[in-house]
Order: sequence, then structure tokens, then C-alpha cells
Amino acid sequence: MSDTVTTGGAMSRMPKFLRRADRAVATAFACIVALLVFGSLYSPSFLSPEYLLQQLKVASFLGVIATGMMLVILLGQIDLSVPWAVATGAMMASAAAAFGPTGVALAIPFGILCGVMIGVVNGIGVAYLRIPSMIVTLATNAVAQGLMVVYTGGFSPQDSATAAMRYLATGSLIPGVPNAVIVWALIGAATVFLLTRTTFGRSVYAIGNRERAAYLSGVDTRRIVLIAFAIAGGLSAFGGVLLAGYASKAAQSMGDAYLLPAIAAVVLGGTSILGGRGSYLGTVAGVILITLLQSILSVMQMPEAGRQIIYGVVIVSMLLLYGRAPASR
Amino acid sequence: MSEWRFWFAAQKGTLLAFGIFVAMFILYTSNHPAGFTANVVQTASNKGVLLAFVAMAQTLVVITAGIDLSVGMIFLLTNCLASWLVVGGPVETTLGVIAVLFVGVLCGALNGAIVIYGRLQPIVATIATGAVYFGIALLLRPFPGGSVNEDLADALTGRIFGVVPASLVTLLATVLIIWVPFSRSVYGRAAYAAGSSEVAAYMSGVPIKRGKFLAYTLAGLLASIGGLFLTFFTYTGEAAYASGNAYTLFSIAAVVLGGVSLFGGRGSVIGAIFGAFAFRTIGDLLFVFDLDPLWQPLFQGVVLLLAVSLGAFALFRVKNRLEWFG
Repeated sequence: MSDTVTTGGAMSRMPKFLRRADRAVATAFACIVALLVFGSLYSPSFLSPEYLLQQLKVASFLGVIATGMMLVILLGQIDLSVPWAVATGAMMASAAAAFGPTGVALAIPFGILCGVMIGVVNGIGVAYLRIPSMIVTLATNAVAQGLMVVYTGGFSPQDSATAAMRYLATGSLIPGVPNAVIVWALIGAATVFLLTRTTFGRSVYAIGNRERAAYLSGVDTRRIVLIAFAIAGGLSAFGGVLLAGYASKAAQSMGDAYLLPAIAAVVLGGTSILGGRGSYLGTVAGVILITLLQSILSVMQMPEAGRQIIYGVVIVSMLLLYGRAPASR
Repeated sequence: MSEWRFWFAAQKGTLLAFGIFVAMFILYTSNHPAGFTANVVQTASNKGVLLAFVAMAQTLVVITAGIDLSVGMIFLLTNCLASWLVVGGPVETTLGVIAVLFVGVLCGALNGAIVIYGRLQPIVATIATGAVYFGIALLLRPFPGGSVNEDLADALTGRIFGVVPASLVTLLATVLIIWVPFSRSVYGRAAYAAGSSEVAAYMSGVPIKRGKFLAYTLAGLLASIGGLFLTFFTYTGEAAYASGNAYTLFSIAAVVLGGVSLFGGRGSVIGAIFGAFAFRTIGDLLFVFDLDPLWQPLFQGVVLLLAVSLGAFALFRVKNRLEWFG
């Protein structure tokens, strides 16, 4: 960013978080404002606090899932097992609820644990067996799908979400603020702390930049990669738990709609798909951007086909704007 | 003698895939209630050929060290398109087939242009274009339906002289018309060189950009041939998201089973074809052993996971740990 250096005088008067934000994050926030303006032209209720809070609540499910995706993308890897990690988390948490009071109490941790296990398999494949992450996560996605198909018999399971899951997704502890938003805020704060204030976070960025250098600097890169994938799996499953609480039960293909938006949110927020660069603020912007886009498209009663096309086009064009690899020299 | 050894080293993956397929197919037919008859072979080859076309498409891209996560969606899109266009008399049908293949080429070229000239990561770029292709497929066929020229469909999915499955012959013709000239051309060499070491190929003045572009474009063409065949088998077009995803996933499994290196530069379409046949046969083994079809997705997933883990054996040969980080 050479322009940030030359305009240092003017920049130094701006708040710190604005100075540090790069072009991609600024673009994402500008797009959010543009979408809000466009939406308010379309329907005046678009800017009402109730509607915006509702959007934030919907965004928090994607936000939790995208947080895990961001960790993995920062490593320079990708997690394509999101769809069935989400569904597994939701189904297993609901299934645990059928086992009496102990099951109800352990439903949420059990769902998350199942997601962590998927993530551990991914991590072992990527870090220790050195299989490309895209391939191994596709494979674990298929295995998780297979397990869930066997478990449910190919239908959506009959178990319903526990009261705690519903409360987490739809209740509001502080009047007016949905719990899901608080959950996302807590996870976000923890992630920011993890990424900027701990050795683990520094190592994640280091591995994303050049794993070889990180290894030579004494970082146990394989352990870090394994942990990052495990966290990502757990967060995907937790997203599934929240979704199951929101819809009060799990469904077969509930996770399919989250893979592309999760990747898009991370990448649109300026995190480099090659790893090593990106801020959580960007991911937050990306999540809100994607959610608003979805909301506007559904307000406009755009059919599923049109939504898919617009997603694809938006992702490719935003990436062409600022996600290009350097030319070979 | 030494030339023979070179050939063997280069074709090891393909030969292994062929071996796996033969073993699995013998296991399959010997346990099949009808045994090794023309009917069984025809059904098996029709199912296998569908995946083989998609796997061929995936191979071309994987050879350049890329990946195409939109092949399944191109396959769906051309299927939906064919259910509109490949109807009516001989002239209309021919024009329809040409139009469908052209759309396939266009999809592949778009992927190639975005990845090579737009310099985006193939994973994200093809996931995004895949969403676009699926959206268009859904526009074409919001509900399953449509029809196809049934004479052509029956001719291409039936048997020639009552013995040889016509779909196998078409597959062979495709290999001879598309793969053999491509792999022997400068651009085919360039695709391999780019996958093997892009920097070295660039320094040697190999036309890597055009080679890679051609690989992506031909991948679109091959996926559209697969889409045409799907229409010939089902007589309808259907934009089923799960089915497109499954074909993308299975194409990667077939490529891996077929001895094509996911890091690029190694393997051939022939291997991927046998990989596809082997994968299909393994998936169908459950049926001849009378197991619950519910287990099929899990079984296929586990086979895929094991197949991709096989590559880890190469780690035992690594002497310097830094080579882990390629």
C-alpha cells in the first residue's frame, strides 16, 4: 500500500482502526453502505433498527462459520467440509437431546465435539499426511455426509433442538439484542485476541506467508495447522447448532447454503486466499455484506437461480478487483 | 530396454488404475446375479462413461496443477441445455449437439480466462463460476423435465452388433479425437510443463498460458460431452445441486485413483478413465453384495478418503523435512 505511506499526514489524523484498514476492507464497508442506500430506496423499512438487528442476527450464523473458514484461509488452506460439518453439528446436537436430561445438557458441547472431530481428520490429512486441503476436506465432507445419511436413514431427523439451543439462537439476554449476535461478538472478540495477541495467531499468519520459514523458525507448523482445522470444524458445527436452534430442528442439506457465502465473506473481507494476510474486521464486513446482499435479493423476490448467478459474479468481480496473484516475471 | 522402463515409470499410475478396475470388475461381475453378460457390461459402461467424461475434464485441469470445482456444474448446465436443444429432426439435433458442446467450451474458456488472465486461485474462481453455471442451469430447468432425440439417445447408449456398448466406443473416439492430439501438441506439453514447474516452463519459453487455457477449455468441452450423455441416459434435464456436487467430488476421486498427481504435471486421461470405472464399480459392489443402499455415500466417501491418503506414502521417501512444505 504505497498510497497509505505518501498520505501519512492526512491519515494520521484518522482513527487508528481506519488507518490500519486496507483497501479491501474499505471497499467492503463502502459496498455495505451502498447496499443500505439502495435497499432504503427500495423499501423505507430497510433502515429501521428492527430490520437491521434482524439482519445482524441472520448474519451471526454465517459469521460464526466464516470465523473458522478465515482461520483456515489465513493458513493458505481451504475447508470445503463446511456443509456437512454444519449439518453434523446440528444433527448430533439434536440427537443428543433425545438421551434424557444428561443428553439435553450435553447437546451443544456434543455437537461441537463432532465438528471438532471432522476438523481433526482434516488437520491430520493436511498437516501430517500433506494432502492438499481442498481434497481432504472434500473427502471428509463426503464421509460426514455418508455417516449422517446412515444415521438419519436419508430423511431429515425427527429430533428437535433443545431449549438451550433455541435460546442461544433466538432469545435475547439483553433486551433488543439477539443472543446470536452476542455469541458472534464473543467468538469474534476471542478470535481477534487469538490472532493478534497469542503465539498461535502469529504462527497462523507466519505459516500462511511461508510455511517453510515458519518451520525453520521453530514453529511446530503441523500442530498449529491441526489445531486451526479443529477450531474451524468446531465453529462450523457450532454454526450448525445455532441454525438448528433457529429452525428448531436439523435438516439434511442445511449446510449447503453456507460454503460459498463463508468463503466469499472471508475473501471479500480482504483476506488473501493465498494465506498470511487478512483481518477479522474484514471478515465481519464480508459477512454483513453477504447477508445484506442475500436480504436485498430476497426482498426483490429474486429466485434461487438469480441469487446463485449474482453470488458467483460478485465474488469473481470483487476478487478481480483486489484478489489477484502477482504476474509471473 | 531402457525406453521400456521409462514408459513403465510414466504409465505406472495408469497401469495401477487399470489393475484396480479389472480386479474390481471381476469381483463385481462374478457376484452379480446375471454374471458377465452383455447387459451387465452395457449398464456398467453407461454409468462409468458418464463419470469418465467428467473425470477426463478434471484431469486436463489437474495436469496444469489447477483444479476445476465447476465441472459438475458444467455437466448439469449442458444436461439442462441439451434437454431443450437436442430434439426434433436430424438437422435440429445436430445443431443442438453443436450448441451444447459450444456452451461447454465457453464455460471452460471462461474458467480458463479467469484463472489464467485474471490470475485468481482456481479453487475460488471455479467455485464461483460453478455457482453461476448452476444458476443458469436452474433458470433453464427450474423443474426436472424436457426431452431428447430418443433415436440418437438409444443409439449412443445401446450396443453395437449386440455386444459392444456404444458409450464405450464414443469414449474411445473422444480420447482419440481430443486427448491424443492435445497431449502430443505443443500446448499439451506446455500444460504438463506448467503443472510440473511453472517457473521452469516460463523460463524455457514454453507457451504456458495458452497451454493452460486450452486445457481449461477442453475440460469444458469434455464436461459438456458428459452432460449430453447424461441427457441421453435420463431423457430429461435436471438441475440437481447435490448431483452436480457429487460429480465434481467423484471426478476428483477418479483422478486420484487414476494415478494423476494433484500437484500437477503427472498422469493421463487414460488413467482417469480407469479410475472413474474403478470408482463406479467399487460404489456398485454394495449392490451385488446386497447391502443397504443407505451405506453407499459413506462407502464412497471412505474410498475417496483412503484413495487421497495413499499419496501420503510418498512422505516416507522424503529425506529432507523441508520438502514437506513443497
